[in-house]
Amino acid sequence: MAEDKKEEVREKKPEAPVKKKTGLIEGLLVSSSPHILTDDNVHRIMHAVVLSLVPAVAASIYFFGLNALLLVLVCVASSVGTEYLFQRARGRAVTVSDGSAIITGMLLALTLPPSFPLLGAVLGSVFAIGVGKQIFGGLGYNIFNPALLGRAFLQATYPVLITTWTEPGTDAVSEATPLALMKFEGIDVSSLSLFFGNVSGSLGETSVLCIIIGGLYLRYKGYINWRLPLGYLGSIFVFGAVFWLINPEKYPDPIFHLFAGGAMLGAWFMVTDMVTSPVTPAGQWIFVVGAGFLVIIIRLFGGLPEGVMYSILLMNSIVPLLNSWTRPKVFGMAP
Amino acid sequence: MTPKTFDRGIHPAYHKELTFSLATEKAPLPKRVVIPLGQHVGAPCRPVVKKGDIVEAGQLIGEAVSFVSAPVHASIGGKVKEVAPHPHPGGGRMMAVVIDGDGTDREWSGGADADLDSMDPDQLRKRIREAGIVGMGGAAFPTAVKLSPPQGKVVDTVILNGCECEPYLSADHRLMLEEPEKVLSGLKLIMRATGAKDGCVALEDNKLDALEALRKAAEAMAPEVRFATLKTKYPQGAEKILIYTVLGRKVPLGKLPFDAGVVVNNVGTAVAIYEALGHGKPLIERVLTVSGNGVATPKNLKVRIGTSFAEVLALCGGITEAEGLEREVLNGGPMMGVAQTSLDVPVVKGTSGITVLEAREIKPAEFGPCIRCARCVETCPMGLMPYRIADMGRLSLTSRFKGWDGVSCIECGCCAFICPPKRPLVQWIRVGKIKLREAEQEASA
Repeated sequence: MAEDKKEEVREKKPEAPVKKKTGLIEGLLVSSSPHILTDDNVHRIMHAVVLSLVPAVAASIYFFGLNALLLVLVCVASSVGTEYLFQRARGRAVTVSDGSAIITGMLLALTLPPSFPLLGAVLGSVFAIGVGKQIFGGLGYNIFNPALLGRAFLQATYPVLITTWTEPGTDAVSEATPLALMKFEGIDVSSLSLFFGNVSGSLGETSVLCIIIGGLYLRYKGYINWRLPLGYLGSIFVFGAVFWLINPEKYPDPIFHLFAGGAMLGAWFMVTDMVTSPVTPAGQWIFVVGAGFLVIIIRLFGGLPEGVMYSILLMNSIVPLLNSWTRPKVFGMAP
Repeated sequence: MTPKTFDRGIHPAYHKELTFSLATEKAPLPKRVVIPLGQHVGAPCRPVVKKGDIVEAGQLIGEAVSFVSAPVHASIGGKVKEVAPHPHPGGGRMMAVVIDGDGTDREWSGGADADLDSMDPDQLRKRIREAGIVGMGGAAFPTAVKLSPPQGKVVDTVILNGCECEPYLSADHRLMLEEPEKVLSGLKLIMRATGAKDGCVALEDNKLDALEALRKAAEAMAPEVRFATLKTKYPQGAEKILIYTVLGRKVPLGKLPFDAGVVVNNVGTAVAIYEALGHGKPLIERVLTVSGNGVATPKNLKVRIGTSFAEVLALCGGITEAEGLEREVLNGGPMMGVAQTSLDVPVVKGTSGITVLEAREIKPAEFGPCIRCARCVETCPMGLMPYRIADMGRLSLTSRFKGWDGVSCIECGCCAFICPPKRPLVQWIRVGKIKLREAEQEASA
């Protein structure tokens, strides 16, 4: 009797704390430090990137109309679908809700010309997610930017269609892009039109303004490192300026290089891709300066008018090496 | 002057508003204490009492058996109930002396050491050692050892660490605010014990009232002491980081602060040194913060070493109850504290706080693949590549782990805190350290 009472008293004491038993001793959770984590997570980051792409997508729909909207929808749907099917087929957890496949779809669409056939867009998306991402092991394990790999695939399979450009506001009138005009016909398009976007080109290359809005939003959220877009654009500017100074008649001015083609889209959304860019400051510098150099070399001397895609894909391939070569100096290490 | 700081690091939510304005309360004498014979880095003590012995508060109950060790003392008067293994807040079990209190206590005041001024550094260190003083910031390294520079090493600066950069904790803040004279006296004693000419108190700029109190006290009694106001940032109080921030000196890789001519001590340690030398009081109680959203009434408490967590939490209204919410009880703060499996563990010398986290702020158990976002690299104060050494630890790549300086990790937790896929990076790095140690032991055997 006395024993029972004692038990009751102990029960009521505040030190008998948690009612729910969780299988752990006393219902306490035990984990390794640190015990608090930032609120940020992959889901949030990826969806912020999706949001940041909305202005560029909106501009492409504004300038190119229904075709653009359909291309974006088809690419996103087939990217997400491919990711889902691959993960199901491999018996892995389905993670399409993390938003990364949506980004790939949007980015791929933004690199396509507005008149591109929808079936081709599906193929590109399947390649981007399937070969560009899932075969490597899924999110975080891919070496190449999936969207760019998808576009590279289309460049190889539909070389004509992917270089057939339509003028904004029309459906059929085919026109060369500012870069092609520059390269093959020596005609300059004003930087102001390039800035606002009323020129022919891929969906997402059209409006510099809208891309910068999205990019600055990502910078504001802290999801991209300032080194990457600024280093990329800066080196395109510097290398472009070198050639322009050598022969302003033959080579376009550096501002044109920044505003034309995929440079802006690449700078804010492709080189900044977390998975495929280096993690160390020194590696990031080498990455963007190398890519910027390649853009100018390909644009001015290569067989293609545009160099952004291959500049980034090529530099992607040495990112693992860059990460190893550019280890930061450990605190206290002898200089 | 802009506050000094270091590269990288993080800004977690500090939650210090729960306790920093609350005056330290003296906890009543506990009825029973459990005093582990190892509360410090180094060898555990040998018990010098046995079951049934009557002890008085402050009496030696465990003697140090090696150089890197610190004796332990009875924190209350009473009868030794047993000497037996008992759960330890650092994890695992440890031989401990259990004392049933008889309600007696001892006053610790007055000049127990009238000859304090005439003591030489060796004598000071001897007294500090006898008082069982260890670092009270959490690491619990025996202080006497820390104050003994090896042959040929000259210490020119003593830094008192009042950063308290762990979220939730405010015990050091209160100590500096409430007893600035003791802090400064302790600092002067440490300077004498090490022969350092330069003494500096370093604290973060979220404790400006404490800085004011210390400055005022220093005018009268220690005009030579400097103050360093540091930016509020985690881990500002990590020893090597602190030395760099305050003095611009880097402790070489794998070396000790001695090698940079510096000794760093926690402010709580300084107070303990003053009380030991000035009043003959061994380290038998400490100030700690009880906080977190899982505690009914967060407090700063002065408690006797050996008081159980359950009893300390009861003094703070206990753990709040809510259906279905899990709790995590930590010895220390949320960044580096150790999660407890039981509330039956005692407060030890290194217990800077007890933090009780509720489920909604506890980290999720699941983690995703690394997305190479580079945040861990950008925040690691030691300049390591956490995502990489963590994988080397997880995959037992011991030689690569060593080559990538995994052992230099101070386990501050910045990388795991900032990681978007919530990967347990610190845990894996710890595994890497253990695996490496095992491999090296095997190789040398």
